[in-house]
Amino acid sequence: MAVTAEKKLDARKLRADFPIFKQEIHGHPLAYLDSAASSQKPRQVLDAMTELYETSYANIHRGVYDLGERATEAYEGAREKARAFINADSTREVVFTRNVTAALNLVAYAWGVDNLGPGDVVLVTEMEHHSNFVPWQFIAKRTGAEFAAIPVDGDGELQLDQLDTLAASCRIKVLACTYVSNSLGTINPVGSLIQWAHEQGAIAVVDAAQAAPHRGVDVQALGCDFLGFTGHKMCGPTGIGVLWGRRELLERMSPFELGGHMIRKVTLEETTWNELPHKFEAGTAAIAEAVGLGAAIDYVTEVGVDALERYEHELLDYALPRLDEIPGVRLFGPPTDRRAGIVSFEVDGVHPHDVAQILDWEGVAVRAGHHCNQPLMHRLGVPATTRASFYLYTVPEEVDRLVAGLHKVRKTFA
Amino acid sequence: MSNELDNLYREVILDHYKNPRGHGVIEDADVEAEGMNPLCGDEVSIFVSFDGDKIDDVKFRGRGCAISQAATSMLMEMVKGRTAQEVASLDREELLEEVGIPLTPIRLKCALLGLGVLKLALHKGKGTPLPDEWAGLAEDLELR
Repeated sequence: MAVTAEKKLDARKLRADFPIFKQEIHGHPLAYLDSAASSQKPRQVLDAMTELYETSYANIHRGVYDLGERATEAYEGAREKARAFINADSTREVVFTRNVTAALNLVAYAWGVDNLGPGDVVLVTEMEHHSNFVPWQFIAKRTGAEFAAIPVDGDGELQLDQLDTLAASCRIKVLACTYVSNSLGTINPVGSLIQWAHEQGAIAVVDAAQAAPHRGVDVQALGCDFLGFTGHKMCGPTGIGVLWGRRELLERMSPFELGGHMIRKVTLEETTWNELPHKFEAGTAAIAEAVGLGAAIDYVTEVGVDALERYEHELLDYALPRLDEIPGVRLFGPPTDRRAGIVSFEVDGVHPHDVAQILDWEGVAVRAGHHCNQPLMHRLGVPATTRASFYLYTVPEEVDRLVAGLHKVRKTFA
Repeated sequence: MSNELDNLYREVILDHYKNPRGHGVIEDADVEAEGMNPLCGDEVSIFVSFDGDKIDDVKFRGRGCAISQAATSMLMEMVKGRTAQEVASLDREELLEEVGIPLTPIRLKCALLGLGVLKLALHKGKGTPLPDEWAGLAEDLELR
C-alpha cells in the first residue's frame, strides 16, 4: 500500500459550503448539533438538484427524447455512485428507496413474509431504531415467528455473551442489527455479528443509517445480506435512501410495491417483474433526490470518510470530558474508540425538553426525546435523553457553547 | 439571559415544577386515568375522588418536562371543589392563561397533557363528554 499523508478535515472551510450557517438563531450563530437526526446540505448538493430541474429534467426510463435520456443518465449515474460508496458488486443490487425505514420495511415484508414461520426467530437488538425493530416485530407476529432482542448493557453496548444462549435455544432466521446506535453512538461489531448470524443459518440485515455518513461502509467486507442507508443524514436531500441486497436474495424475493416501472409484462391473467433493481422501484422515482444523493456522496467522498471519522473522534475527545465535568450531567454510551460522533446525556432534575429549549435560546440545536429508541430508553432507565451529534461541519466552539448552555440550564433550574 | 427564556421558565413555572401542588396518589380514588405524550415521554396520572358531583380531592403524579408538570400542578389548584361538568367543559384557554407563557405547538401539547388526562378521568367517573378537540388526543392516552 502506498504511503500517503493522512487527509485532514477542515470543518471551518467546509462550513462555508452550507448556506444555513449564514443565519442567526435567537441572536446567536447557529450551533447545529442534531446531524444524527438530519444533516445540513452543502451548496454543491442544492446546485446539483437545481441544475437537474433547470436543464435536464424529465421522467426517466421512458422517454426516447433527449431530456428523458439525460435525466435517466443522471439518475442511474447516482446509482453507480451509491454502488461505489458501499463497494457493492453491481448496481443491480442497489435499490433506491424513500429512506432507511422504507428499505427495512421492504426487506421485512418482501423477504420476511415468504421466509418466516412458526419456530423461526427474528433477532434484533435492544438498541435498534424503531425502523429496524417495529417492522420485524410486526412481520414476526404476522408469520407466527418469534421475536427476540440482544440485550444492551449499562454502557450501551450489546451483551454478546448472551449470543450462545440465544443460539442454543432457538432457530434464528434473521439478525437485524444497527451498525451505529443513533442514540448512543455505539459502534457495534457488526462484522463478527454477521459471521455469527451466518453460522446460525440466518441472514444479516444491517441498518447503516448512522454509519454511512460517518465511516466507510463496505458491504462485501462486512459480508451482510441486506444493508440500508439514507441520503439526508449525509448531506443529501430527504426522500432518497438505498437498500443494498445480495443479488441472489433480491432475485428470489417477491416485489414489495407494485405498479408502474417494476413490471415486465402485464396481461389480464398475470404480471411478470422487471429486472433488478427496477423490480423494487415502483412508480416515478425521486429523480432529483437521487441526483442530490449522488452529489452528497461526491461531497463526502471528497472530504474522505476516514478523515471524517478521525475528525469526529477528535471532537468526541474534546467534548466528552468537558461535558462529564459539568455537575449533574450524566453521559450515556461507550468510550470514544467505540463511539461515533453522538453524545446522549441527562441533566439531573431537568427534563430533556427543558434542556433543549434553554439551549435553543442560546442558538444551540440539540435533540431531546426517546430518539425512536423506546426499548433502549427503558433499558437505560430514562424516559428520554438529550442528544448532541456532530458532523463534518461541527467546530469545537459549538461544543463550548453546548457546555456553556448546560451551565445555564443548571442555573435556571437550581 | 434572553427575555423569552426568562418568560418561559418564569419563577411561577419553576416553583410549580419543583414544588408541585396536589402531588401524590389518592389510594381510594373514585377514578384514575393516565396518559402520556408519546412525542416527548411526558407522563401524568390523575386521581379524583368525588363528593356528589363535586371534585372533592384531586392529585397527580408524573414525570416529564417543566411545562407539563407545572401546568398539571396549576390545574390541581384550579379544579378542586368544582363540579365534574364544569371542569369537563373547562376551556383550555383558562389553563393556558394560568400558565401564562407563549408556547410553540409542540410545547402546547406538554401544557395540555394534564387537562386531557383529567377530562378523561371525569369521563370515566361521571360520563362527562370528551370535547371534540380531545378525540384525537384520547387515542394517545392509555385508559386504565
